[in-house]
Amino acid sequence: MTAMLNVKDLRAYYGQVQALHGLSFSLNEGSLTTLLGANGAGKTTTLRAICNMVRSTGAIEFEGAPLGSRSTESIVRLGIAHVPQGRGTFTTMTVEENLQLGAISRKDKAGIVSDIERMYAHFPVLKERYAQQAGTLSGGEQQMLAVARALMLRPRLMLLDEPSFGLAPLIVRDLFKILGKINREDKVTILVVEQNAQLALELADQAYVIETGRIVMSGNAKEIANNEDVRKSYLGY
Amino acid sequence: MSAAAEDVVTEAPAVEAVPKRAMTLGTGTSLVILAALLVVPMFVKNFIIFQMTMVMIYGLAVLALNILTGGSGQFSLGQSAFYAIGAYTSAVLMENANINYALTLPIAGLVSFAAGFLFGKPALRLSGIYLALATFALAVAMPQLLKLNFLEHWTGGVQGLVVTKPDAPFGLPMGQDMWLYYFTLAVTLAIYIGSINLLRSRSGRALMAIRDNEIAASAMGVDVALYKTLAFGVSAGITGIAGGLGAIAVQFVAPDGYTINLAISLFLGMVVGGVGWLPGSFIGAAFIIFVPNIAESINKGLSGAVFGVLLFIVIFLVPHGARQVAIVAQQLIGRLRK
Amino acid sequence: MELFTNQVLAGIATGAIYACMALAVVMIYQAIDHLNFAQGEMAMFSTFISWQLMQWGIPYWWAFLMTLVISFAGGILIERLLFKPLAKAPILTNVAGFIALFAIVNSVAGLTWDFTIKQYPTPFGSSPFLGSQLISTHQAGMIGVTLLMLIGLYLFFQFTRIGLAMRAAAALPESARLVGINTSWMIALGWGMASAIGAVAGILIAPVVFLEPNMMGGVLVYGFAAAVLGGLTSPLGAVVGGFLVGVFENLAGTYIPGVGNELKLPIALALIITVLVFKPAGLFGRAIVKRV
Repeated sequence: MTAMLNVKDLRAYYGQVQALHGLSFSLNEGSLTTLLGANGAGKTTTLRAICNMVRSTGAIEFEGAPLGSRSTESIVRLGIAHVPQGRGTFTTMTVEENLQLGAISRKDKAGIVSDIERMYAHFPVLKERYAQQAGTLSGGEQQMLAVARALMLRPRLMLLDEPSFGLAPLIVRDLFKILGKINREDKVTILVVEQNAQLALELADQAYVIETGRIVMSGNAKEIANNEDVRKSYLGY
Repeated sequence: MSAAAEDVVTEAPAVEAVPKRAMTLGTGTSLVILAALLVVPMFVKNFIIFQMTMVMIYGLAVLALNILTGGSGQFSLGQSAFYAIGAYTSAVLMENANINYALTLPIAGLVSFAAGFLFGKPALRLSGIYLALATFALAVAMPQLLKLNFLEHWTGGVQGLVVTKPDAPFGLPMGQDMWLYYFTLAVTLAIYIGSINLLRSRSGRALMAIRDNEIAASAMGVDVALYKTLAFGVSAGITGIAGGLGAIAVQFVAPDGYTINLAISLFLGMVVGGVGWLPGSFIGAAFIIFVPNIAESINKGLSGAVFGVLLFIVIFLVPHGARQVAIVAQQLIGRLRK
Repeated sequence: MELFTNQVLAGIATGAIYACMALAVVMIYQAIDHLNFAQGEMAMFSTFISWQLMQWGIPYWWAFLMTLVISFAGGILIERLLFKPLAKAPILTNVAGFIALFAIVNSVAGLTWDFTIKQYPTPFGSSPFLGSQLISTHQAGMIGVTLLMLIGLYLFFQFTRIGLAMRAAAALPESARLVGINTSWMIALGWGMASAIGAVAGILIAPVVFLEPNMMGGVLVYGFAAAVLGGLTSPLGAVVGGFLVGVFENLAGTYIPGVGNELKLPIALALIITVLVFKPAGLFGRAIVKRV
């Protein structure tokens, strides 16, 4: 299987502080991988480094080609969608405008229109609120909107940063079911950063555990979930 | 989540912090500069001495702005108004009430302090661009207020007042310019050292906490309103003293000498020197005094354009002002030592 | 009472000038989140370019169109060359840049076209509008063009893709980049549009205040004040603010004793600031909630 994303020796810095110390991992095409770890371990930094939102060194390859020093927006246009921490919703714009923005870099008008309909099919609650200001949606609804917006890019790789944050467990289950569906049916490779390890491991095929900027564990999600020692040491349950 | 009509903003502070250690020059550098300042006047012409005096005076005004903006994060385009108040206070007291020039300075400072404090109070609700507009209005109003008819008896109206330059006291063997230079140097040193101590004190930390994050500072128990108003007052007071010295040095005061152009120049002086870096105030003052003249000598017709180009060159090379140069110099010296 | 009404109407007429300038100010604010102090000078320079084109025999409306294009391109060029390098510098340094630009533009205009006052033509004529002594046809034309620009801007931002992208880039630059928007170019575009709108403002204002390098000084300040009064995020607010500022200015001059021409500006500013103390986000602005 081809590697969708190949990260080699990634080091990232906030000013003088080094947050990642030589991370290496790869994502297979069509896989659903989760990146786990405690607060401050470097999970968000990893996602940001992939999109060149933080100063970093190392080699990142997407679909075999190096990303180099491309700007964030040009990395996105290659087909990598990033749902950031806090969702990054355009709160002052309507739900539909948010979806349109997701597709702003695309040129196929007809495709965009049909994709918006598909998003409404995936997420019926968005269809109800299509003309509402995005800031008035509930947390769960905004998360759905963020995922839908990312999908409007027709990405081949989707990065999600703590999508479960602040959401009730039932809503998180629904969200993760949808993510699984997207991964299988739309063939989108997904990398999910999560603090909620249990749910994430149920969803994913592969898992990496990161601690203070280094990968300390990697492997099949089911095996890691079943490994009591790992769970207790690194995942807290 | 949040209500419809609001934007939630987590702002980066508009004014960046200067680490406490970097706030002044090192002891060695300071002593060298002080020695030079004491000795140089004996070897140069009167006109140069006069220019050095003006650099110190404008430097004080820029320093005051640095305390206000770099210290408490409040943006002011109105310093020319306080400078004018100080200048006129000194002039009026000297010429109409025969008060000794040295005594007029503390009074000028107090009057300006009061003016700044009074202005600072209603300005509390304003920040950023709104405060800029308010201070701008003050600066524009001041020359007009000084021309008002019913004040003419005191202010001399449009023509202003002539100010008598003092002689050296106790029959000291030096000219007026040289005496004024040393007098100004003494006042400047006192205020400079006082300001540094202020910024390093608890009050200084409170000010900087307000600059960096007003809401957090208030949550920690800092009386934000009091400190912000005090900052305005202190800044105005120092500017007023500078104005008084300026009146004495230039030997007259007139309304059109204190226009918005002065306020803008002081602002530029602060940026060129490095916001929040007190020693830079004097470098900034030198810039705003000398560079316009240089621009005019390069091309009289395009002097404004040349000035603008020179200013751009400076801010491209050192966006953080002279402080950047000082930091680089410090690093170089550090490397040479090894 | 009649004096009051007359002054209000006259204020609205002069306010059209400020409304026009305020639109350009809001435009730039939307793009870069601060006010460009050199905008008035850029508008003045554009007006001089149009005048020069007419001096060379080009008819009014062609000169108008060419000036718009030149101003648009010029705005983008200035941003790319002078302010993109300052993008990472502190805000106050950028402000110093605006001041430097002001000095350069003013000085070059003065040298190229000198400081003597010049007449500038109006396509609307200057006869009384609908027989009223207070509003001339030119002033009515000003109000009309300003309202047209306002509608045009509204349509642009609400219904075009680029307009949507610009709104997104101004609202949340990082999120905008994450949907593939080149936020740097959005800023350049904002400068171009603001420059073009400023050119329209200058061309409309010149017949009234006469063409000379210092013509925009006072107008710009009133334009800022109007934009702030209206709420910096709202083009409609800018236009309403402009009219209100015109009215304030006139009423202050008429009713407050001792206020000659020179004090009108600070008094008008003081009135605006008083409004801001009660409505800090301006009349139509969005309340900004600050989170720690």
